[in-house]
Amino acid sequence: MISPVLFWSIAALTVIPALSLLFARKAVHIAVSIIGVMIGLAVAYVTLGAPFLGVVQIVVYTGAVMMLFLFVLMLVGVDQRESLKETLTGQRWIAFVGAAGLAILLIAAISEVAFEPAEEGVSGEPDAVAMLLFTDYVVVIEILGALLITAAVGALVMTHTPRLRPRRTQQELQRERVLAGANPVNKPMPGVYARHNALDVPALDPEGKPIDESVSRVLEARHQTTEGFEWRAALTDPSKKKARPASGISKPEPTDKEDER
Amino acid sequence: MSPMAFVYLAVVLFVIGAAAVLLRRNAIVAFMGVELMLNAANLALVAFSRIHGTIDGQVMAFFVMVVAAAEVVVGLAIIIAVFRARQTISLDEPAELKG
Amino acid sequence: MLDLTWLLIAVPLASSFALLLAGKRADAWGHWLGVAASATTFVVGFGAFLQLLGLDAESREHAVHLFTWISGSELQLDAGLLVDPLSVTFVLLVSFVGTLIHLYSVAYMEHDPRRRVFFAYLNLFVAAMLLLVLADSYLLLFVGWEGVGLASYLLIGFWNHKPEYATAANKAFVVNRVGDVGLIVAMGLMFATFGSLGFEEVFAQVGEASTATLTAIGLTLLVAATGKSAQFPLQSWLGDAMAGPTPVSALIHAATMVTAGVYLIVRSSAIFDLTETARLVVAAVGALTLLLGAIIGMAKDDIKKALAASTMSQIGYMMLAAGLGPVGYAFAIFHLVTHGFFKAGMFLGAGSVMHGMKDQVDMRRFGALRTAMVVTWVTFGLGWLAILGVPPFAGFWSKDKIIESAFVGEGWQPWVFGLAALIGAGLTAFYMSRLFFMTFHGKARWTDDQHPHESPWLMTVPMILLAVGSAGLGWFLAAGDRFSTWLEPVTGHVEHHEPVLSVPVIMTLTLTLVAVGVVVAWLKYGRADVPTEAPAPSLATLTARNDFFQDSVNRAVFERPGTHLTRTLVYADAAVVDGAVNGTATGVSKLGESLRRFQSGQVRSYAALILIGLAGLVAFVVLGVL
Repeated sequence: MISPVLFWSIAALTVIPALSLLFARKAVHIAVSIIGVMIGLAVAYVTLGAPFLGVVQIVVYTGAVMMLFLFVLMLVGVDQRESLKETLTGQRWIAFVGAAGLAILLIAAISEVAFEPAEEGVSGEPDAVAMLLFTDYVVVIEILGALLITAAVGALVMTHTPRLRPRRTQQELQRERVLAGANPVNKPMPGVYARHNALDVPALDPEGKPIDESVSRVLEARHQTTEGFEWRAALTDPSKKKARPASGISKPEPTDKEDER
Repeated sequence: MSPMAFVYLAVVLFVIGAAAVLLRRNAIVAFMGVELMLNAANLALVAFSRIHGTIDGQVMAFFVMVVAAAEVVVGLAIIIAVFRARQTISLDEPAELKG
Repeated sequence: MLDLTWLLIAVPLASSFALLLAGKRADAWGHWLGVAASATTFVVGFGAFLQLLGLDAESREHAVHLFTWISGSELQLDAGLLVDPLSVTFVLLVSFVGTLIHLYSVAYMEHDPRRRVFFAYLNLFVAAMLLLVLADSYLLLFVGWEGVGLASYLLIGFWNHKPEYATAANKAFVVNRVGDVGLIVAMGLMFATFGSLGFEEVFAQVGEASTATLTAIGLTLLVAATGKSAQFPLQSWLGDAMAGPTPVSALIHAATMVTAGVYLIVRSSAIFDLTETARLVVAAVGALTLLLGAIIGMAKDDIKKALAASTMSQIGYMMLAAGLGPVGYAFAIFHLVTHGFFKAGMFLGAGSVMHGMKDQVDMRRFGALRTAMVVTWVTFGLGWLAILGVPPFAGFWSKDKIIESAFVGEGWQPWVFGLAALIGAGLTAFYMSRLFFMTFHGKARWTDDQHPHESPWLMTVPMILLAVGSAGLGWFLAAGDRFSTWLEPVTGHVEHHEPVLSVPVIMTLTLTLVAVGVVVAWLKYGRADVPTEAPAPSLATLTARNDFFQDSVNRAVFERPGTHLTRTLVYADAAVVDGAVNGTATGVSKLGESLRRFQSGQVRSYAALILIGLAGLVAFVVLGVL
């Protein structure tokens, strides 16, 4: 028999992190929570007399699958946060009713069957599982091997970007840029001739006008261009200095669109 | 406590995963919901294995894991391909299948 | 020579295609090619005739196998020709008269820019007509039957730049189609009954069929014959068909094609022999038409239309004879041959008159042409005497025999048919004399710009040859029953029957009536002045002049209900058939429109649907289990 304490511990260890799937906003948080779920499930397997499967669960899911998820999250942008505001009409209600209905139906179905569990648990030792895997299910194992290889090749093919044109040399690229009207010389550093040498203060040209592109775009993207704001504004258009109070130096609100990403 | 309790637990996890697939717009999160559903099914299989006293349920769960691993590889590759093409992984964006 | 009879069809057909395909470069010599093709058919036909004459009477039948035509499981049919006395008679008539008319047309159509096309059509007609009479099965006969219909249509509408001529061609075509339906139904009945369409097979099995079936076949064949031969009730097209050039009227609508119906009946004698009812209907149709045509002929002022009415009436005589059964078959064909000569001759005469009178056809504008056109006058006069039945001219030998045969029999029939034929002879004498006197005698009533002159020799020679035939052919063929003996293998030998009146009495009565008719016509149109404008008609004249209101009747009985039926059907088609089809399409489209909402492209909506489906499935299982 299984001790209730153990069961309820496992239940808490799995259900509570799983709920993050519904309520957490950051994908990274969810992924880490799911790792917790996987560990809880591994414990459940061991409890149910499947130690081999428990170990495999940890190795495959926490070690491989969830790490893969995290890799992909890094690739597509770890900062992506999702607004929980629903955009499809009625989707939330459909989801709630559908999920609850399914739960009720399944629980009703399960409660109807009354199994007397076997007295002694099964032996889920690796050798016992291996005996079965490589005797009765050997064909399935072979097919699954083929499937894994196919999946690996498929993933390679899908993420591979074929080169359509020959690689262009640095010289060619440079010539192209100049022909397109780019400035042949380096951009001025920010702060050059300016009255303030912070990174977010644009350089001044010989006429004393600010050169916007001297400030890194990264700063703009990160909304970190505020420190020299005062100076910038003064240089660009003196009238704005009065319009902007000095105390208005604050982080601008992120727009809703950025939030949605 | 009967191993049957784990089946109920599997139902709860499965429903949470399903709701996540329905509600979340981030493809990766929805995908994790799918993974949770698969694991819930696995839990039920292992519980049944314990109830029936045979090891076949565990073997079946093992197979599910292997297939799920393959599925994750391909699925994540698809997500990356989509992200490259459209700079987003929102499930609401590629509505080109609209009839 | 007998095995070469296929040339009879092939030569004119090839010539026709050559003329049509060669285009304008054949304009210079095309008409002579047409004449040569037609003359070739006469030479071949005459050779076949001589060879057939050299055989015993019993073996005068020669089948020429051409090729296997239709090879089906049920229907095996070879295309073959049947050369026997009946078909050779027609071959000679068609090729001889045809050649003369080809010759005549060379001059008559001289100034027509499309003379070459005209000869192509004439050759096509000759080929089709010969195929019709030589075919050894009803199906092959039908090919020729349709071929002459086509040629007739093309030639009636030859001057189709005039809308009314094109309409006349269409009318002839449509009315002929009605008759064709009869032939098709007859063929269907034959195939269902005998499993074959060949003459030999059908006639061999004819005794096994029930009388009702045979009557049905006979009546449908009669429908076909009435369509082609302009018999009541399908006679309306013949008068309008005079829109075609006069040689066409002479060849197709007097001498040959219109007699195809008589040929069909006589050819099917084996069927008609066994069905009294169908024969009676044939005779009745013939008797009715002969009177109808004669009465119409009395009122017409258009020379060609009067001749057309006369043709109708004379074919009525042939039909009557054919309907009398074995007694009359030979005389029907005999009259057909002599009629082919004298009526073609008269049509050519009419053409010659028109040629000299700048295409004037109104007889009230003729008169006193005998001095201006001596040859035409003489040849036309011989034809006139022949159709009147004045001895010893051709018509006397053939028509009198029909009148005599009509009096043969028992009960009321000989009296009705005999009297109809007798009265018809009197009426014929009147209207033909009226035509003759109005045209050639009396005072000249020409319009001012007309200077009648005799036609060139190319036109007069055929007229003279036909006139010789009109004068002497009857006596030549009737002497010693030459013609009936010759046809005996086909029509069967008949014992002599005594008419209900004795022959001399009938002959006297006929000649008396003819004389009365001629005298009345002379008094009214020969001696007296003929007004150039038709006087206000009495009701009877009006009726006759309007072809017994045939067109109005057709319009009221067939055309208008037909139009309404068509409109109803079109409406029904649009509303019911199209409605059902379009409704289905619209329904599917609407269904698709509503189903489209589910195809939102939103993956999560699809997932929701999957979840609902899953829940439904579980519910089904759970509730099924509980």
